[in-house]
Amino acid sequence: MSGISQEDVAHLAHLARIDIPTDELGHYAKQLDAILNAVAEVSSLDTADVVAMSHPVPMTNVFREDTPGVSLTAEQALSGAPAVEDGRFRVPRILDEE
Amino acid sequence: MTEATMNYDEAISKFDPVLGLEVHVELGTNTKMFCGCSTVFGAAPNTQVCPVCLGLPGALPTLNKIGVESAIRIGLALNCEIAEWCRFARKNYFYPDMPKNFQTSQYDEPIAFEGYLDVEIDTDEGRKTFRVPIERAHMEEDTGKNSHVGGATGRIHGADYSLVDYNRAGIPLIEIVTKPITGTGKYAPEVAKAYVAALRDILRGLGVSDVKMEQGSLRCDVNLSLRETPESKLGTRSETKNVNSLRSVERAVRYEVTRHAARLAAGEQIVQETRHWHEDTGISTSGRPKSDAEDYRYFPEPDLLPIAPSREWVEELRAALPENPAVRRARLVADWGLSEIDMNTVINSGALDLIVEAVDAGVDPAAARKWWTGELARIANDRAIELEELPVLPSHLKRLEELIAAGSLNDKLARQALEGVIAGEGDVDAIVAARGLAVVSDDGPLLAAIDEALAADPAVVETIKSGKLAAAGSVVGAVMKATRGQADAARVRELLFEKLGVSE
Amino acid sequence: MSDLIKKDASELAGMVASREVSAVEVAQAHLDRIAAVDGAVNAFLHVDTEGALASASAVDAKVKAGEQLSVLAGVPLGLKDILATNGLPTTCGSRVLDGWIPPYDATVVTKLREAGIVILGKTNMDEFAMGSSTEHSAFGPTHNPWDLERIPGGSGGGSSACVSAFEAPLAIGTDTGGSIRQPAAVTGSVGVKPTYGGVSRYGIVALASSLDQAGPCARNVLDTALLHSVIAGHDPMDSTSINSPVPDVIAAAKRADIKGMKVGVIKELGGEGYQAGVRTRFDESVALIESLGAEVVEVSCPSFPAALAAYYLILPSEASSNLAKFDGIRFGNRVGDDGSKSVEQVMSETRAAGFGPEVTRRIILGTYALSAGYYDAYYGQAQKVRTLIKQDFDASFAKVDVLISPTAPTTAFKIGEKLDDPLAMYLNDVATIPVNMAGLPGMSLPIGLAPEDNLPVGLQIIAPAMADDRLYNVGAAIERELLTKWGGPILGLAPELAGA
Ligand SMILES: [Zn+2]
Repeated sequence: MSGISQEDVAHLAHLARIDIPTDELGHYAKQLDAILNAVAEVSSLDTADVVAMSHPVPMTNVFREDTPGVSLTAEQALSGAPAVEDGRFRVPRILDEE
Repeated sequence: MTEATMNYDEAISKFDPVLGLEVHVELGTNTKMFCGCSTVFGAAPNTQVCPVCLGLPGALPTLNKIGVESAIRIGLALNCEIAEWCRFARKNYFYPDMPKNFQTSQYDEPIAFEGYLDVEIDTDEGRKTFRVPIERAHMEEDTGKNSHVGGATGRIHGADYSLVDYNRAGIPLIEIVTKPITGTGKYAPEVAKAYVAALRDILRGLGVSDVKMEQGSLRCDVNLSLRETPESKLGTRSETKNVNSLRSVERAVRYEVTRHAARLAAGEQIVQETRHWHEDTGISTSGRPKSDAEDYRYFPEPDLLPIAPSREWVEELRAALPENPAVRRARLVADWGLSEIDMNTVINSGALDLIVEAVDAGVDPAAARKWWTGELARIANDRAIELEELPVLPSHLKRLEELIAAGSLNDKLARQALEGVIAGEGDVDAIVAARGLAVVSDDGPLLAAIDEALAADPAVVETIKSGKLAAAGSVVGAVMKATRGQADAARVRELLFEKLGVSE
Repeated sequence: MSDLIKKDASELAGMVASREVSAVEVAQAHLDRIAAVDGAVNAFLHVDTEGALASASAVDAKVKAGEQLSVLAGVPLGLKDILATNGLPTTCGSRVLDGWIPPYDATVVTKLREAGIVILGKTNMDEFAMGSSTEHSAFGPTHNPWDLERIPGGSGGGSSACVSAFEAPLAIGTDTGGSIRQPAAVTGSVGVKPTYGGVSRYGIVALASSLDQAGPCARNVLDTALLHSVIAGHDPMDSTSINSPVPDVIAAAKRADIKGMKVGVIKELGGEGYQAGVRTRFDESVALIESLGAEVVEVSCPSFPAALAAYYLILPSEASSNLAKFDGIRFGNRVGDDGSKSVEQVMSETRAAGFGPEVTRRIILGTYALSAGYYDAYYGQAQKVRTLIKQDFDASFAKVDVLISPTAPTTAFKIGEKLDDPLAMYLNDVATIPVNMAGLPGMSLPIGLAPEDNLPVGLQIIAPAMADDRLYNVGAAIERELLTKWGGPILGLAPELAGA
């Protein structure tokens, strides 16, 4: 079910926005390949009629009333930011793509 | 770069357009979708944020009940099925205006699905109804707002850096997606516009959103593809983002038809891409290409529990839905005996609801319409305020009409009484009393005033006697002036003719 | 060395309440202990001397004023550095958060503060709780007080080590696949992972949202129960929080009576792959349980062998999404912003510099498992396995009151031993993971030292959801017998630390 290449790792690293140095891609590929081989064991069980479980607690309809609560001040909100300008979070230029 | 286009009529003669519309509406809830921060528009940057909507480590979402309820009501108003069980999902992608770098949305389990909306447009064959099939309506959250600094125009291109305000991040959004809309032929632009307008009216009627396109609380993406014939398979589509006025929806569809047609006719491929709409120039430009790299890695949101709206709840909400605006319009046209043009005037004046309220309170429809589209519209216009802001209640109009019917007020006096109402002088009877507004009903003073008027213009007597009854107008006018409007003009006329021995 | 540091939490709370000793003296004794030994242990990432003394002195003021105090008022505690603390650094053992000071408290922290518990500081952990040894901390490994060459377990090695090194009588951990129980086992302390939804997750930096749960660490069952009762309960800020009464864990810890109970030994957790000394002590515990009047039966959970694989798909998948927010935009460090690079590039450099190799590995793995085309085979399939695990537990609990197994397959291993072999490292959690997958409560209780290496062995006790009290009843019953047998707490057998 696997067989993960350096190119795969590079693509995944891009999706995950982690700038992995080129010379480390091979190392990660090898490790991920080994892990993927091991986790392929999930396919060992017959799950044809099994419903997937996303939440361990079987509850539904947990709602909050639409009443305003306490927000942070702008000062608190910006307190941990690496760069701030004019009451806003300053970020490097945004390319018009994702 | 300007792209080649083909004349619209020619394009339509060669190709069959297929439309798709994605509308995002910001709900008018008090708080955000997943936290208790306020949603009021226009606050100072980053003052309506908390650990949750700022995506701080450790924070968890909690679901706004009114957000869910609004989604169900919208779904019902669009004739959708409501899911018996559905979940939120995370849509994973990185963007600086999205605090968690995933959007909490719904993926393959939308809360509402399989609906439709009928829209009417004018065609060469008269008014015609098109059924727009709705694929789904789902809940999600809005992003923050980037402003771009440096560069020439504050646009994203060439900017040196950007500033982010997260006040809007987490505001509830409902995304309403149509299925491919086929069979519109040359009316694709009109159908698109009519759909968005009808949707806007429905959302306004539900009271779930202020649906202000100019403030971004209703945003529209236009998808368009062309195919050679209605039998051909669907062509490659383009997605034009943020088409944010009704007029632009129409123009964007028209433009894309002409652009696609030119490319196809030249044997070029349509690139599947998102495009940006430019309101000023009326064209769209290429954005980013849609590629396989766009992999959102959806999975069920583990921090929010499934939603399983009980059928009782759904039926309760269905029963309380307001009348569909289009149906309501048709009903009122019939009930009030209006022409379509009159009805358009009423709707465009923004007075429909006010007139309905007055009629419900017992005012004659014609009178209610006359007040709200006439005198009151003029006053609101003079003061540059909305009609709703005038302190005029249905009970005021009702009393005025009663006094007019009883002959104790005429139109002019009624307008004065209304001025008093707007000036906050009390209720109609109090104002009539305080201002001494009453039609003079005693004939004595009227006869005296008639004599005075005739004395001032003796020639008129003969003119009237000779049968030119229209000349009576000047005498009646003089009497009205002398009595400062408090006379009943009809009675004055009656007395005048009696005195001169002429009959009408 | 002050003898205050050897005392139980319940005893310290009593002494503070009766003014036999002040909370400030208690806090100072522990701060002194930290100063003396933590250079060697490295259990703490941040010691909040000032804050600890201030909250201790607030407790003393309340005692003086005759105010009603909570059961643990004035008792010091080590807090895993994954819980947000208003005004105190919170790093999750990661460079990417170095220097970040949250503007808010986790709900658990609020409850601790309200209870007058004295937070000494933030404890070390594997980066973002990914690991079983605390070696993956960006701020250096924590050392096992039993043998400083060995790991204290993980991810909450700092919490278990500070308790077993007498730096604090109590600690808070978090447990996603065993991060409270496995460290407790290898350090000779007690740790409980409550029922999922039993303790609020609000303010706990998420690793895998559907698995994470905070819980108490202490040196004995009663102290653990006391701390459990302080932090548990419904929280409207956490949608997955259970809105029903907290099981009476304190009464259960005091009951310690298992006569007539049915105890199940999980066939699939034990045997091959488990160290001989671990099995020896486990078998002795089974005999001990029987001698206390409980009936022990073997139960089979056939899907458990696939649990580890399912876990290592679900966890990285959820983590890859949860950790996306660490991008250097709103908080934390930013790397590479020289004014010329795009935000995308700066985010990528920030994350590359901020995350260690294990975190990177798991994010890439999770990104892969959620990708279009692989979702059904990996994440979707893993969630189905999860259902099967839950069904195995349900079937077992139809027959028995609690289940038991060894907590970890081995005693503490040497630092560095498994660092380059992720798969070997993952095996440490093989017995604890099924509990998280099903959202159940589990305890690790010290049951002796492995004969071959004289290192602690833990017994895992598992109960049905919201029956956390059963853990304490069973744990306390076994503990009472073992204390008699050993002539005192097992930590009394640990070597004295240099500097103390
Ligand atoms: Zn908020």
